[in-house]
Amino acid sequence: MVAAGAVVALGVVGFTPIHSITRDRIFEIPKGTWARRMLGDKVQILPDHIRLTLGVRDILVLHNHDDVPQIFGPTLLMPGQGFRLPFDRAAEYTFACTAHASGQMTIVVEPNPTTPWAKIRFRIVELLGGLR
Amino acid sequence: MSQMARGPAGAFVVVLFLVSTGVASGASITNASLKAGLFDPPRKAPELSLVGSNGRELQLGAFRGKVVLLAFGYTSCTAVCPITLNTLAVARRMLGAAAADVQVVYITVDPGRDDPARLKKYLGSFDRTFVGGTGTEQQLAAVRKSYGVSAEKQVLGDGYSYEHSSFTYLIDRGGLIRALMPYGHSPADYVHDLTVLLKE
Repeated sequence: MVAAGAVVALGVVGFTPIHSITRDRIFEIPKGTWARRMLGDKVQILPDHIRLTLGVRDILVLHNHDDVPQIFGPTLLMPGQGFRLPFDRAAEYTFACTAHASGQMTIVVEPNPTTPWAKIRFRIVELLGGLR
Repeated sequence: MSQMARGPAGAFVVVLFLVSTGVASGASITNASLKAGLFDPPRKAPELSLVGSNGRELQLGAFRGKVVLLAFGYTSCTAVCPITLNTLAVARRMLGAAAADVQVVYITVDPGRDDPARLKKYLGSFDRTFVGGTGTEQQLAAVRKSYGVSAEKQVLGDGYSYEHSSFTYLIDRGGLIRALMPYGHSPADYVHDLTVLLKE
């Protein structure tokens, strides 16, 4: 019974088309980040590696809600400014980013999940990311 | 609740979670009409006061009314700059007559080697309308800071090179930084975005 349920569940997860009301992966610099950094807090908002997926989560969106300009990923954002970068090719992109200790940020854009296993993997990764 | 009842019920909950995954919402910038990354709101492009490759003062204000493609690099660059500049030259050719309203401006990160004459010769090998800019170390560092551009000198034996930002800014006819095109985009992508901006 449990095994049958698991098979049905995997089938549903693997074959149900992925519909997303947004393709955005959003990162935001909260107000007060600069002040925290000045106090020695090593705030890191943008990870060294960001994973995107073509067709379902392929737009990087950055917002600076702080009171000062911030280097955020590939660009400089003024207070209150946002940046929206779409990707239309699966590849690995490297950007110089002085906000990271390594001096760079990597964005991996994976192909659109078309196979059942790819859909299952995408959904699990999204779920885990959402629970973090 | 029995073990048999918990199994299917648990599986049902997991399936609901997974199938609904990807339905996250959040604030987003709406205009997605460009291939490049869009700024919202756009900001005024910081003015330049450098020496142009034509020997005259280089100011962005002189190109008001045109769409400006602003890139940073250096003439000895062997990896990024030749590809970017060739891409921009091809894009201009693809635009045809509309290219008259597109100005490429290339700011050096290497004032030690890139004087106006060298910039002019180098840029002319791609497109004779391209304009270069140079200045003192301090002037160029200030420009880079105002645009969020990085350039790090790497000493290699007797010589040196630079690790530098590889993107190109798209500045509209009104002098606003509208978008940032990452390195590696095709001439067709530039033509797409330039066509949108030129129609405004």
